[in-house]
Amino acid sequence: MRAMFRDLGEALREFVETLGAMTRFLGRLLWETPAALMRFGLVWYQLHRIGAHSLLIIGISAVFVGMVLALQGYHILNQFGATESLGVMVAMTLVRELGPVLTAVLFAGRAGTSLASEIGLMRATDQLSGMEMMAVDPVKRVIMPRFLAGVIAVPLLAAIFSALGIFGGYVVGVGLLGVDAGPFWSQMNAAVDVRTDVMSGVWKSIAFGITASLVAVYEGYNAPPTAEGVSRATTRAIVITAVAVLAINLLITAIIVGEG
Amino acid sequence: MRHNKAMDFGTGLFVLLGILAIFFLVTQTTGMRTLGTEDSFEVSARFDDIGGLRVRAPVTMAGVRLGRVSDIRFDDDRLDAVVTLRISARHDNLPADSIASIRTSGLLGEQFVALDPGGDPDALTEGDQIIHTQSAIVLERIIGQFLTMQGD
Repeated sequence: MRAMFRDLGEALREFVETLGAMTRFLGRLLWETPAALMRFGLVWYQLHRIGAHSLLIIGISAVFVGMVLALQGYHILNQFGATESLGVMVAMTLVRELGPVLTAVLFAGRAGTSLASEIGLMRATDQLSGMEMMAVDPVKRVIMPRFLAGVIAVPLLAAIFSALGIFGGYVVGVGLLGVDAGPFWSQMNAAVDVRTDVMSGVWKSIAFGITASLVAVYEGYNAPPTAEGVSRATTRAIVITAVAVLAINLLITAIIVGEG
Repeated sequence: MRHNKAMDFGTGLFVLLGILAIFFLVTQTTGMRTLGTEDSFEVSARFDDIGGLRVRAPVTMAGVRLGRVSDIRFDDDRLDAVVTLRISARHDNLPADSIASIRTSGLLGEQFVALDPGGDPDALTEGDQIIHTQSAIVLERIIGQFLTMQGD
């Protein structure tokens, strides 16, 4: 019993410690941002690697999610004879919640893990210390472009996710289940608001982009320089991102719903 | 690091798609096309009971949307609700004695403010108050009255 509490306390202390170290790391990255944006070629290359290459998984997942939302929503709304509201339901769910959240989690799986293992392996093979030896700051040369590319990529991917998801919902709802296309769009237009709905999704995706990228580069940069260390960093990159994104999502939603 | 045309194209396409998607979400899924920052004027109307009316509810005449409810306040002196209606400036010839009533779309649908035209040659302008109003019909109250009538 005593040992259990000690372990619990230890875990808690470790959590707070990691949180603190990550925040400090984020501060450092934000401090370096203006200078890193000057060397945009590096960011552009990473944007290609982690952004453009994530398009396929994001796009396909989005269409499937939109389709399943339309299927489920149709059966629920049909009980109330309100199938015209299907467009509202699909669009609201995607724009406000699922778009940003699923994008962030998929992004962590597709790009975050590769960032963490790449940087971790650079550390393990002494590439980072090599750079330091040549008076090149690895944070500026390696971490910053990857972090910024992630921060730019996630909001764009989330918007693509929502748009393609609505398309998927349209295909199933209008094409397959026979909901009329007119109310599908007009009710959506009447219900979805730019400031409260679309912008809240954009703010969320920016927050998630920062979270996912920060966790990935932090875990990679601080990975123990062993094979096991790199593998742990890769796992932690996606596990921490998923949990953090879901928790932050609840927080942001609570703030927005509380306002409206 | 290899810089080549194919990479530039792929990344450019990705950024373009992302911006297009944001544009799509903002313009196609929302009512922005009709909301915008077009010229408008505000008039107020007092209601004894606004039922479930909410800010941003439509303001219509003859079933066509002319504007939105921009504000709902409670008057502490007169103990009634002051509803501010923001109406598009294009409709500058609405009779000043128009009647505002709170209606419900469908049986349980959203509530909105319907304007019925009066006969006054003067038009409603910024800051005017609509004098003739009809409060929301509260379904429970009607059912209650109906049941009491049945009891007699």
